[in-house]
Amino acid sequence: MKHAYTWGAIAVIVTASVTGDVLLSRAMKQVGDVGELWRHRGMLTVIGRILRHPYFVLGMAAMAVAFFSLLFGLSWGDVSLVAPASASLTFVGNAAAANLLRHERVDQRRWIAAALVACGVALLAA
Amino acid sequence: MTFRKYLVLAGVALFGSVGDSLLSRGMKEIGNISVAHLQAVILAVRNPWVVGGIVLLLAFFAAYMTALSWADLTYVLPATSIGYVLLALIAKFILHEQVTAGRWLGILLITAGVGFVAGGPALTPIAAHENLADHEPEVASIRGES
Repeated sequence: MKHAYTWGAIAVIVTASVTGDVLLSRAMKQVGDVGELWRHRGMLTVIGRILRHPYFVLGMAAMAVAFFSLLFGLSWGDVSLVAPASASLTFVGNAAAANLLRHERVDQRRWIAAALVACGVALLAA
Repeated sequence: MTFRKYLVLAGVALFGSVGDSLLSRGMKEIGNISVAHLQAVILAVRNPWVVGGIVLLLAFFAAYMTALSWADLTYVLPATSIGYVLLALIAKFILHEQVTAGRWLGILLITAGVGFVAGGPALTPIAAHENLADHEPEVASIRGES
């Protein structure tokens, strides 16, 4: 039963952090190049634009869900399972989500990079 | 990609890994927090290592948001995962943790992944188009759909 809880938590962590990353990425693309905006409009305008963006707020909420699921996951399962499993699945999930939802052109190069990094993270945290 | 943009990516990797290391060091000093006393986590903020970690993670977040404003998610994530390598090096040489052969292999794979993606374009055409477009109609259409 504990096993099922742990994998349930991992599933929630991965789903929430992929959702959060996609929303934050989308928000920041719409806000525009922060460096340029900063130079032309000043810091407060940039921060205001980011904080008021609905996707940014939703993305932060998703990240908070991911963070607390991680805390729950760590209380049910070993850190050596939860951390690498969620981090590496998030990498691959992000590549898939960016391809489907963000319409980023995830070419072979990026798929291979995501797979290499995911394997590396799994080994690192093992 | 300009030199400044590479600096931002380096900042994401550096602030994230050093911030995590400081938090880890601080939380080890504080010790285990039991589920029955979750409020003990608030006291953790009085630890200088934890404060330093939080400051660096805020810097990490600012750099991460900046990078996402001009690069794809599938570029930023692998390109900044070099931070995992930094974290392992900090763990080995500063925190004196054991870094096993499996972990060194992991570091090697991540480095290969970073090299792979960093050679490609940062922003793909469709996302670039969205970046330039006037966003009001798009936001309106999204509201209409949902």
